[in-house]
Amino acid sequence: MRLKKPHWLAIKAVVFFVSLWPLVQLIIDGMNDGLGANPVETLHLTLGRWALRFLCLTLALTPLRRLSSQSWPLRFRRMLGLFTFFYASLHLLVFLWLDIEFSWHYFRQEVADTPYLLLGLATYCLLLPLALTSTVNMQIRLGRYWKTLHKLIYPAAILALLHYFMLVKSDLNQPLIYAAVIFILLVVRIQSKRIA
Amino acid sequence: MSMFRLASIKSSEITPREIFQARRKIIKASLGLTAAALLPTAAHAEKKPFEAVPIGPYSGDFPVTDYEDVTHYTNYYEFTTNKTGPTMLAQALKTEPWQVEVSGEVEKPGVYHLEDILKKNSLQERIYRFRCVEAWSMVVPWIGFPLSDMLKTFKPTSRAKFVEFTTVYQPENMPGQRSKSLDWPYTEGLRIDEAMHPLSFIATGMYDDELPKQNGAPLRLVVPWKYGFKSIKAIVKIRFTETMPQTAWHKAAPDEYGFYANVNPNVPHPRWSQARERILGAGLFASKRDTEMFNGYAEHVAYLYKGMDLSRYI
Repeated sequence: MRLKKPHWLAIKAVVFFVSLWPLVQLIIDGMNDGLGANPVETLHLTLGRWALRFLCLTLALTPLRRLSSQSWPLRFRRMLGLFTFFYASLHLLVFLWLDIEFSWHYFRQEVADTPYLLLGLATYCLLLPLALTSTVNMQIRLGRYWKTLHKLIYPAAILALLHYFMLVKSDLNQPLIYAAVIFILLVVRIQSKRIA
Repeated sequence: MSMFRLASIKSSEITPREIFQARRKIIKASLGLTAAALLPTAAHAEKKPFEAVPIGPYSGDFPVTDYEDVTHYTNYYEFTTNKTGPTMLAQALKTEPWQVEVSGEVEKPGVYHLEDILKKNSLQERIYRFRCVEAWSMVVPWIGFPLSDMLKTFKPTSRAKFVEFTTVYQPENMPGQRSKSLDWPYTEGLRIDEAMHPLSFIATGMYDDELPKQNGAPLRLVVPWKYGFKSIKAIVKIRFTETMPQTAWHKAAPDEYGFYANVNPNVPHPRWSQARERILGAGLFASKRDTEMFNGYAEHVAYLYKGMDLSRYI
């Protein structure tokens, strides 16, 4: 059966609300003493992890289209890309607000010499233009440059990984899993380009 | 902490104060009790076993962190590298019987039963600040005895310049020890003058109760002026040495963790600032606290490091 426009709208609505669930869960936990002894850290790390997960999901759509020879995965690319940006923004906001308290003094003291935090900021700077040019209007206006610009997702993924690797103390298992996923998603791209 | 509670009314500043003051009233009546007399029995289900333990010297008058937070947020890599996991996982640790092997530069080496160690040392309570190298902190009312009291019973020789401590190796019950997150078993060390300093403490309980397994039962070190990783948990070996012992975190990352690991807001960790600390349980909107030199114990311990460049001896 071929899905029609209303079907796709309904499916997209479901994906949208499911993607909001991690945030809803944090708010519920926050209201029920469920964020643990260090709630700022819980918020900060959970939001960062979800930003990275959505980045992986976004990167998975193009290989999925090629593997399935179907075009439907691309219908979700903008939404999942924007959710990556959404969670990355909340992750940064929690840090600047609850950790740094929007203070220039604390920013200089705690961020300026801290490479993994600077890498996090750099990652966000790469995601920002992608989010700003995500509309159909901008896509048309930028023409062929749009595609080139949106290749920034690849360095962003790598910087995000480095940012994660540099903050752990000794156990690299978690960042290694994300690194493996992103590595596979990038390799699949190069391979399928060669075949094409 | 509810997300929407005002930061100025910390629950940690209210309840524990009452407990703290109630406790003080009991103290005078109960001086002189020994560890043996206070060993917990099954009948103590309601009453906490160490309620009558007197407050010792150097105990601070700080607002105590909620028991719930202290027992649900621990770094115990022998179980897992996340902080909430050890609360459940550590219950598998076998702590009975427990022995401590004493060796090296001592007149009385040997294998000591925990009961014998406890019999020789009278218990006291110390409310100490605890500052983790990850820039969070808490205040814990420990129950135990000065480390020096215990070490003296083993009669260290004049060649004993350092003390090395080793955590139990129980890979069948400690899943983290089956992975290579650190070089197991965990070891730590102190210079002999640090170990003999009256602030250095051995904890066998906390919050008037037995020490929970995730917090280092049955026997752990507490060195309040140093980063938390120095305060080694579940000790099974004590070795007196002439040369500086190797320590677990120093082995894992020598440029990041030194032997001394004194709390120092002026020397950042190579990857993050140590200028401020997050107070556990203070809630979502509480400011961080400015970290103090030697975690606020400078007047007691600064002399130990006279003439040492503390940006080099990290």
